[in-house]
Amino acid sequence: MNIFVVGLNHKTADVDVREKLAFNGPKLEEGLTRIKTLPEVKEAVILSTCNRVEMYTNVKDPAKAYESIKDFLSEFHGIERNSLETALYTHENADAVKHIFRVAASLDSMVVGEPQILGQLKDAFEFSLQKKATGVLLNKLMKKAISVAKRIRTDTKIAENAVSISFAAVELAKKIFDDLPTKTVMLLGAGEMAELAAKHLVNNGVTEVLVANRTFETGCNLAKEFNGKAVRFEDFVHEMVRTDIVICSTGASKYVLIKEQMHHVMKERRHKPVFIIDISVPRNIDPEINNIDNVYLYDVDDLQGVVDVNRQGRQKEAEKAEGIIAEEVETFQRWQSSLDAVPTIVALREKADLIKKEELERLLNKLPPLGEKERKDIEYMANAIINKLIHPPTIALKEDSEDKDILIATLKRLYGLNEKEK
Amino acid sequence: MGTILFELALTFYFAATIIGIIELFKGTKTTARVMLLLVVIGFALHTASIIYRYIAAGYIPISNPHEATSFFSWCTVLLFLILELRYKIGLLGSFIMPLVFVLMLSSAMLSREIKPLSPVLQSYWFGIHTVFAFIGNAAFAMAFGIGIMYLVQERYLKSKHPSGLFQRLPSLQSLDEINYRLITIGFPFLTLAIITGALWADKAWGGYLRGDPREVWALITWLIYAIVLHARLISGWRGKRAAILSIIGFLTILIAFFGIKLLGKGLHVFL
Repeated sequence: MNIFVVGLNHKTADVDVREKLAFNGPKLEEGLTRIKTLPEVKEAVILSTCNRVEMYTNVKDPAKAYESIKDFLSEFHGIERNSLETALYTHENADAVKHIFRVAASLDSMVVGEPQILGQLKDAFEFSLQKKATGVLLNKLMKKAISVAKRIRTDTKIAENAVSISFAAVELAKKIFDDLPTKTVMLLGAGEMAELAAKHLVNNGVTEVLVANRTFETGCNLAKEFNGKAVRFEDFVHEMVRTDIVICSTGASKYVLIKEQMHHVMKERRHKPVFIIDISVPRNIDPEINNIDNVYLYDVDDLQGVVDVNRQGRQKEAEKAEGIIAEEVETFQRWQSSLDAVPTIVALREKADLIKKEELERLLNKLPPLGEKERKDIEYMANAIINKLIHPPTIALKEDSEDKDILIATLKRLYGLNEKEK
Repeated sequence: MGTILFELALTFYFAATIIGIIELFKGTKTTARVMLLLVVIGFALHTASIIYRYIAAGYIPISNPHEATSFFSWCTVLLFLILELRYKIGLLGSFIMPLVFVLMLSSAMLSREIKPLSPVLQSYWFGIHTVFAFIGNAAFAMAFGIGIMYLVQERYLKSKHPSGLFQRLPSLQSLDEINYRLITIGFPFLTLAIITGALWADKAWGGYLRGDPREVWALITWLIYAIVLHARLISGWRGKRAAILSIIGFLTILIAFFGIKLLGKGLHVFL
C-alpha cells in the first residue's frame, strides 16, 4: 500500500508535450479505466489541466508501477518512452502526500495561489469516485487535500494577491466594479498580453467584448475568439461611452486618447466608472486621464508595481502555507499507518482481552468462592471463545489480499477500534 | 437598572470599537465575528435599557439630549446590523462602531435625570417627529461611514498602490450603490421629520418656521442631500463627489444636533 504520484507540469514539460499527454474529454474516462486495470495499480485519480497532468495512485510496488504507467502513457498517447522520461517526476508516500497537498493549495501552480486548481482537483476526484477508481486510501487522501487547501486559503492570505499582470488587472477590476458580468470590455489594438488580460476578464464573468483594431479584418478575427464584436478603430472613442473596461495596446507612437476626449466620454456616460489598462509601450493613453474622477488608468508599470507588492506578500504567506502542509502530512501519515494490519490486530486482541477480563471478574464476584480448578476451567473457556472469535479476522488481515485496506478500515469500524487514534 | 443596562451597552460598544480597530490592522474571520457578536449583545442591552426607560418615564425616551443621543446610536446600530446581515460589507463595523461609541459616550456624559414631560412635548407629534428624524439621521450616519470607506478605497485605486485594506474593502461600485440607497432611505425620513416638525411647531407656537437655528440647519442638511440625489439623477454625479457630499451632509447633522446646543438656545431646548 503505497501512495504514488507520476506526473508532469509546466516546470518539467513544454506546452506541446503537456498537450499530447492531456487527458481531455473522453480520453479521461478511457485513461482512467486503463490505468485502473494495470495489475500494479489499486486506486487511481487523474488530474489533467493545461499546466499539469498527474496520476495519483495506490500501488503495491512503486518501481514496478512506474514502469507499467510509463508503458501505458507512451502507448495511450503515442509518445516515445524516452521523451516521457525527461518530463515525468514521481513521488512516493510522504513525499507524494506533500506534493498532492501542495498542488491542491496552489503552491505548485505557475501562478501561486490561483484558485482554479482546487476546483479542477475536486472534479478529478469526483470523476474517479464516480467511476469507482478510488478506495479507502485515495478517498481519504483527496478529501484531506481539499480540506488542507481550504484551510490554507482561510488561514493564509495566499489567494488574495494577484501575481501576474493579467490577474492584477482582474483584481483591480473587481475592486472597481461589483458585477463584472454586466460590464463591457474593449480591446484597443491587439497583443498577447492584452488578449490574456481580456481572457481573464471573460473567465471572471465579463460577457460583452468589443474589439477595435486599425485593421478591421484582424479585429473581426479576434472578436470571434471572444464571441465579441468588432468596431471601427475610428469609432473607439465613441464606443467608450458604453465600455467599462478598456485594454489598450495599439503600438502607436503618440497618445490615441487625450484628456479632453475622456472628459467628453465621461460626461456622455454619466460618470460611470471606467477602468483603462494601457499595456502599450510607449504609452498610448495620456496619463493625465487618471486625474479625472471615476477614471482609473493603469499602465504596465503600475500593474507591475501591484504585482511586485503582491509577490512580496505572497512569499511570506507561502511560507506559512508550507508549515501547514508539513503539519497535515504528518497527521495523514499517522492515519495511514493506523491502516497497517499489525496495529489493528493488536488493537483487536487488546479489546477482546479487556472484555474477557471484565466479564470474568464480574462472574467470579457473583459466584460463590470456587476452587482453583473450576476457576482455571472458566478462564480457559473464556480464552477459547475469544481466540476462536478473533482467529478468522486475524488470518484475513495477515493474508496479502487485494482489498486489505478496506478490510482493515471495515474491521476497525465494526469493532469500534478507532477511538485509540491519537 | 436602566443605567446599568445603558452602561453595559456602552461597554460592549466600546469593546466592539476596539476589536473593529484591531480588525483594520490585522483582520481575521475571528475578529470580524467577535465584533459582530459584541455589537449584537450591546444592541440587545441597549434595547433593554431604552424599553426600561420608556416604562420608567412613561413616555418615549427621546425627550432630552441624553435620550436623544442614545436613541440616535440605537437607530444607527440597528441599521448597521441590517446592512451587515444583508450585504456583509467587509470592515463596515470598523468604520461605524467608533462613531456609535462616540455618540453613546456623549450620551453617557449628559444628564440622565427623568423629568416630567414638558407640555410642548406632550403631543403625538413628539413621537412621530423624533422617530422620523433619528431614522433619517441613522441612515445618513451609515452613508457617512460608507462614504469614508469609498474615499479610502478610491485613494488606493488612484494612487496605484493597492495594499493594506484594499483587499478587504468592498468594490467602489457596491460602496457607491449602498451609499446612494442609504441616502434614498434617509432623505424621505428627513423630509417627513421637517414636515412633522413644522406642523407641530404651528400647533405649539403658531407658525411653521420660527427661525430656530435647528430648523435652519435641518433645511441646510435637507438641501445637501437633495443636491446629492438630484445631481445623481440629472447628470449622473456619483462616486467620489457623492461620497464627499454624504460626509459633509452628516457633519451638518452633527452641527445641527450638538453644535446648536452648545451655541445657544432655540425652540429645541429639550434636545
